[in-house]
Amino acid sequence: MADNNRSIGSVFLDGVITENPTFRLVLGICPTIATTTSAINGLGMGAAATFVLIGSNAVISLLRNFIPDKVRIPAFVVVICTFVTMVQLLMQAFVPSLYDALGMFIPLIVVNCIILARAEAFASKNGVLPSIVDGLGMGVGFTGAITLMGCVRELISSGSIFGLNVLSAGYQPMLLIGMAAGGFMVFGLSLGAFNLIVNRVEKKKGGVKA
Amino acid sequence: MRLRLSTLPHIRSGETTTTLMLNVLIALVPCVIAGIYNFGWNAAMLMAVCMGTAILSEYLFQLIARRPVRVGDLSALVTGLILALNLPSSAPWWMAVVGSAFAIVIVKELFGGIGSNFMNPALTARAVLLASWPVMMTAYVSPTYWQQGVDAVSSATPLGGLSASYLDLFLGRIPGSIGEVSKVMILVGLVYLIISRTITWHIPVCMVGSAFLFSWIFGADPVAAILSGGLLFGAVFMATDYTTCPMTFKGQVMYAAGCGLIVAVIRAFGSYPEGVTYAILLMNIVTPLIDKYVRHRVYGHGKGEKHNG
Repeated sequence: MADNNRSIGSVFLDGVITENPTFRLVLGICPTIATTTSAINGLGMGAAATFVLIGSNAVISLLRNFIPDKVRIPAFVVVICTFVTMVQLLMQAFVPSLYDALGMFIPLIVVNCIILARAEAFASKNGVLPSIVDGLGMGVGFTGAITLMGCVRELISSGSIFGLNVLSAGYQPMLLIGMAAGGFMVFGLSLGAFNLIVNRVEKKKGGVKA
Repeated sequence: MRLRLSTLPHIRSGETTTTLMLNVLIALVPCVIAGIYNFGWNAAMLMAVCMGTAILSEYLFQLIARRPVRVGDLSALVTGLILALNLPSSAPWWMAVVGSAFAIVIVKELFGGIGSNFMNPALTARAVLLASWPVMMTAYVSPTYWQQGVDAVSSATPLGGLSASYLDLFLGRIPGSIGEVSKVMILVGLVYLIISRTITWHIPVCMVGSAFLFSWIFGADPVAAILSGGLLFGAVFMATDYTTCPMTFKGQVMYAAGCGLIVAVIRAFGSYPEGVTYAILLMNIVTPLIDKYVRHRVYGHGKGEKHNG
């Protein structure tokens, strides 16, 4: 992880695919289950988390030589809190409906383990530019995963995607998928499908990647 | 001791599974007949759709996942039929398809196939359908509608507030799910299952007894309590599922008593009128724990098979 010679592109791709925070690292499951009830909620949550990730990664990377090792976690949390507060105020001002829909889960981004994990595992050991790219890659990976899950769950539990009705009016929505139990089911199934596909592709490449 | 050896549930070879499943199917025949007699051809259609979907989805999954195809062991047929008997007769066909496919693919095959599922597939599918389409899953119709010359009469069940005599409850002249209403036919099936040594008496008797006792303690009419809802059907055909009930008699007694207690608690204090589904599913989850702490004095041969399923 502390390898400084990796290209920027591979850092980005790691975040999106090979180390996808949701499907490969299985981090941040609480917001994943809670906010994927609709595609727009998933996208909003992903965008907010991505913003915080990029910001906190950049600042922590800049401060990495000044933060004493013993108090690094509180220091990281202070930085993350700053960005979460910014995101919360911005969302409240500009997208109030999304702010209401996500509710408690916006302040809870502070304890989203993806963000703390990237601060600890990447930003505190790497330069500013790779850290920003890592934050972007992880953010895109997280956003993509939960938006996808949001689409699936919204489609099944209310017959629409991003609020647009795509199924015929006779469709009887399967309410369970919109509940927490359905969230776990969709999460497990999409996690399995993602790993199946990625493993197949990697095997085809000859397994050189490690 | 010989009896125990012959009835312990976890010995699984292809042949015994098939014969056991065939016995369960035979025991279900009276319920099937009563269901069709009571609710007409829609009930028959639902059973056919459920069984067909169960077989087809198991076959397709095993083909795609490159597992040995074991559709021939009839267990999918049993799952499909039990699910159908758990539906109200007014249920649409696609609900039967979704339920059966869910039971087989998600509950059974994704957890490793026959013997590896930790919850009863048919019951889990019923719980899923109930949570997904609560209105349609509780649209019970009165059983004799076809004799009155009208299409259907939807009605409350006895647990939902309809009053019915013990005889009506016993003979199945009440609204309810297809298979659960006729208690006579369920008892005929139970007698066959015990005579053919497919199951022992422990689970059905303890579960019904415990529900009787606790309903009485909670102030309900205990006789009506055991004659209404899906209690008897669940105790005979679903709580006794080999995969998801404890291995020892002592464990089975604890498991069945727990099922009965939860049924009585949900009926008396819960927001749902009926709780057999959730009672059995909850005790299914507790089963590994019971198996861990309640062990057979001669625990010689069961251990390996339990994990291989």
